[in-house]
Amino acid sequence: MNDLTPSREERIANLKGLGSSRKRVEDVRFTQGKGNYVDDIKMAGMLFGDFVRSPYAHARVVSINADAARALPGVVAVLTAADLAPLNLHWMPTLAGDKQMVLADGKVLFQGQEVAFVVATDRYIAADAIELVEVEYEELPVVVDPFAALAPDAPVLREDLNGILSGAHGPRRHHNHIFLWETGDKAATEEALGAAEVVAEEVVYYHRTHPCPLETCGCVASMDKVNGKLTVWGTFQAPHVVRTVASLLSGIEEHNIRVVSPDIGGGFGNKVGVYPGYVCAIVASIVTGKPVKWVEDRMDNLMATAFARDYWMKGRISATKEGRITALHCHVTADHGAFDACADPTKFPAGFFHICTGSYDIPVAYVGVDGVYTNKAPGGVAYRCSFRVTEAAYFIERMIEVLAIELGMDAAELRRINFIRKDQFPYQSALGWEYDSGDYHTAWDKALAAVDYKGLRAEQAQRLAEFRAGRTRKLLGIGLTHFTEIVGAGPVKNCDILGMGMFDSCEIRIHPTGSAIARLGTISQGQGHATTFAQIIASEIGLSADSITVEEGDTDTAPYGLGTYGSRSTPVAGAATALCGRKIRAKAQMIAAWLLEVHEGDLEWDVDRFQVKGAPERFKTMKDIAYAAYNQAIPGIEPGLEAVSYYDPPNMTYPFGAYIAVMEIDVDTGEHAVRQFYALDDCGTRINPMVIEGQVHGGATEGYAIAMGQEIAYDEIGNVKTGTLMDFFLPTAWETPHYTTDHTETPSPHHPIGAKGVGESPNVGSVPAFSNAVHDAFRPFGLRQSHMPHDHWRIWKIARDLGLHG
Amino acid sequence: MIPSAFEYHRPGDLASALGILSAYGDEARVIAGGHSLIPMMKLRMASVGHLVDLQSVAELRGITVAEREVTIGAMVTQAELISHDGLAKAVPILREAALQIADPQVRYVGTVGGNVANGDPGNDMPGLMQCLDARFTLVGPGGPREVPARAFYHGLYATERAEDEILTRIAIPVHAGGHAYEKQKRKIGDYATAAAAVLLTKSGGKVASASVAMTNLSDVPVWSEAAAAALVGRDCGAEAVADAVAAMLADIDPQADNRGPIAFKKHVAGVILGRAIARAWSRA
Ligand SMILES: Cc1cc2nc3c(=O)[nH]c(=O)nc-3n(C[C@H](O)[C@H](O)[C@H](O)COP(=O)(O)OP(=O)(O)OC[C@H]3O[C@@H](n4cnc5c(N)ncnc54)[C@H](O)[C@@H]3O)c2cc1C
Repeated sequence: MNDLTPSREERIANLKGLGSSRKRVEDVRFTQGKGNYVDDIKMAGMLFGDFVRSPYAHARVVSINADAARALPGVVAVLTAADLAPLNLHWMPTLAGDKQMVLADGKVLFQGQEVAFVVATDRYIAADAIELVEVEYEELPVVVDPFAALAPDAPVLREDLNGILSGAHGPRRHHNHIFLWETGDKAATEEALGAAEVVAEEVVYYHRTHPCPLETCGCVASMDKVNGKLTVWGTFQAPHVVRTVASLLSGIEEHNIRVVSPDIGGGFGNKVGVYPGYVCAIVASIVTGKPVKWVEDRMDNLMATAFARDYWMKGRISATKEGRITALHCHVTADHGAFDACADPTKFPAGFFHICTGSYDIPVAYVGVDGVYTNKAPGGVAYRCSFRVTEAAYFIERMIEVLAIELGMDAAELRRINFIRKDQFPYQSALGWEYDSGDYHTAWDKALAAVDYKGLRAEQAQRLAEFRAGRTRKLLGIGLTHFTEIVGAGPVKNCDILGMGMFDSCEIRIHPTGSAIARLGTISQGQGHATTFAQIIASEIGLSADSITVEEGDTDTAPYGLGTYGSRSTPVAGAATALCGRKIRAKAQMIAAWLLEVHEGDLEWDVDRFQVKGAPERFKTMKDIAYAAYNQAIPGIEPGLEAVSYYDPPNMTYPFGAYIAVMEIDVDTGEHAVRQFYALDDCGTRINPMVIEGQVHGGATEGYAIAMGQEIAYDEIGNVKTGTLMDFFLPTAWETPHYTTDHTETPSPHHPIGAKGVGESPNVGSVPAFSNAVHDAFRPFGLRQSHMPHDHWRIWKIARDLGLHG
Repeated sequence: MIPSAFEYHRPGDLASALGILSAYGDEARVIAGGHSLIPMMKLRMASVGHLVDLQSVAELRGITVAEREVTIGAMVTQAELISHDGLAKAVPILREAALQIADPQVRYVGTVGGNVANGDPGNDMPGLMQCLDARFTLVGPGGPREVPARAFYHGLYATERAEDEILTRIAIPVHAGGHAYEKQKRKIGDYATAAAAVLLTKSGGKVASASVAMTNLSDVPVWSEAAAAALVGRDCGAEAVADAVAAMLADIDPQADNRGPIAFKKHVAGVILGRAIARAWSRA
């Protein structure tokens, strides 16, 4: 050893492994405009597709005349359902066990639905040609309200299902009914509610919104008729699943299909589903033998691709006079739009909504969810939440507030006395989940202290007095939330999508000079996988994260995986990565033993090397070992150093957090200002604190948008009223609040590195925090529930209805 | 979101621009910053056979500040309005209003001429120009004519300008006293839920003169003489403001849209006008 020998601390720092806020390696290209997105792909002879879309929400398609469009120079083909029918591709299966029209087959069921697909030599010609396709429609009565949809005399939306009384999730009790999904103990819940000292009842609506990624959905399909290979580049959050589905649908053998997700400009769930554009582009490429590109514009994306939420949640929660919760009952009317295209595990048509007991020790509960068809776009995807967890968190965090009102209690205290205690973990929830770990009281106390909760309440009381005295027109609202997430789908025994188990994978290949490439079954859409997964590997195998390339998204090279959504990458693929690294290390240990001429058991791992126990000066670094693995004949050991792991998680992970929003509300104009937003997240082991902070900022900003203005609104005849970014609220730097982030760290006991996932937590947690702040401001005047989004006029209406405008 | 095909013209002076307009009649349309026109073309709500770009017409540029009047070329951008110091001294309400239009990117390209000629009730400049009693110079095949802003707007996208005329300059009297432009919007880049432009002069603790105009509360900008009259000769206290608001409410005719129902818009219009009057008075 000499002065130049790095210390152990230096060796750890050099790895840039777990806990390092290393900068995102992706950002070098993203910030210089050098990303490679689907629309950047240009190929010789490439054709362009565009859709003729329905202007009506419900209409019969009487005729389609494409002669004029076909006659336009540059138009290569116009596809309609009649053209796809012989291939049996005019309908396609959805991820939820339903089927969806690829192109209008006799009728249209929502505004913006795909009616015909025009293929032309140029994007501009395609846009002109869709105007020339003459479609004759006969309007039908429109149903946009899921409750009206279930009226006995409601129009039949899905004529293809007429008389079919059972769907993918059991019996259908009405022609517009999709399923009833139930869990929990209904009778015991009713009994507890009936016997309770205090019951609070409320209908909580989580409105329809849309993930609205900056990059819209799209693909380039290229059928090489010479070698029979189909390549599809697309904005796919689950490229491997797309390959399997494409193979099943087209009959092309899976080895002859290559699906590539290049750089993706945000997904948030919007890019999980399979869309008619993909099918049409593939068919058009097979028909023409040319590559075909299809990329949505913003209006297409907002109108036709997967929405999120649209849950009407009717709740009853009971408690003792002291505030101990005794039961929770929830019935949901879920508006799924025209086709059930939700992206949920097969067994769970309402996703993981039954995490709706939240952070609280509720002895008995029941959930029933009715899925309903309406004349709206299909979807029902995550939007930065694993499968209806946002709805669940919003529901329980509103119900807690309503119960606090009913009890006349402080809502922070009500939460505290009902939290699941640290010593109760692993905790069995009344609705069937096993929460892996948590320490809610510690997080809650830290959060309340950080914002000076008592001081805030005193200030609020002072403000109220001034308001009543006519000295101010602004109220102060304090929005509390303690959320519990459920992510990392999931154990193959109960989580699959279209029959494919929700495991994930990682393959690591070490190069002779001690650098590496890792490939995963997931795909980053901005989460920074190339940065953070390299850190996991660095800590496991002792090579610097800077020497590790992470690649995802090419089904010809990456191991099979179920993709990235619902915060599953770190819990599932991250676990596969750690275990794969351990396989590498195990082989490295054998090699090191041979090199150092000791028994394997005489070696111990230390940061980046194996050293002889008791003689740390005798060691071989992972770099040394990598070189030897390729260049020395070692008896009994294959050359090379690589491994692959597939990970089937034993359980979900349960990140949690405490969020507090403080808002000023102008009762006259309905305007608001977020004065403070505090976000404490516990996502278990923290891989890269800076990336976590970025995820929290992004998710909280989405949550802010959803709570305060963002929606997909329809008028009574099914016209989308929020089809452009003028009306669909996407916050800019100007509107975005300032965030204070904080954390506690309660590792997951079953995850190899204790990580839980954080991507969706801020969306799940911030929406109730913002919404509760609005409600809290008006609590002294008797407000119990007012539906989001809390845009200016809706806040104004709260004040008006409470008589605050004099 | 792709416009239909069009021919593009870029004349170098006003005469050629006018020539192209008369040659193609209602097939032709001038484009200034394009930040109202291009979205309409992309949505295929406007179809233009011949697009006549005014960017190279030097006669349409420039700001002149004289003692009693300023003139602004139609192609002056909203950003130029904001950065011009002489203008900010002579007609300070222009900067205050321009800063509330859209976002910096739009303002670097969007022009004053396009904003006032557009005829969209959402635009902020038309109401402001009425409040200021500005005059627009229109040049057509028959030569120039001057039209007061207060007589320019007839209805939704219907203005006094004939199709073969180009708006070249805007003349604005220098104002004294207090001013305020108050606007409520949902977010950056949004048109007004309600906006109010107010000019006031003070004499002996009373309002000596007043001008009030409202934006996006009718299919045209609303210059409310009655609201102004309610203020003149009074102390601008709560009662006078209430009367002005009541008078203004009788002049507007808002429609329900995603920003909210009619009752909400009327309420906000009153609050916004009240705030504008208070701020203008404090500066008078
Ligand atoms: C995101 C966004 C937000 C916006 N927010 C606001 C806002 O808050 N407030 C607001 O006021 N505006 C807003 N705008 C509109 C913006 O200010 C436009 O720039 C302005 O309305 C039009 O100016 P322009 O130079 O872009 O005109 P163009 O779009 O080029 O033209 C508009 C119309 O005026 C005609 N025209 C233009 N110049 C002349 C001329 N010299 N003579 C005759 N006719 C002419 C054109 O033929 C066309 O019909 C917004 C625009 C965008 C894209």
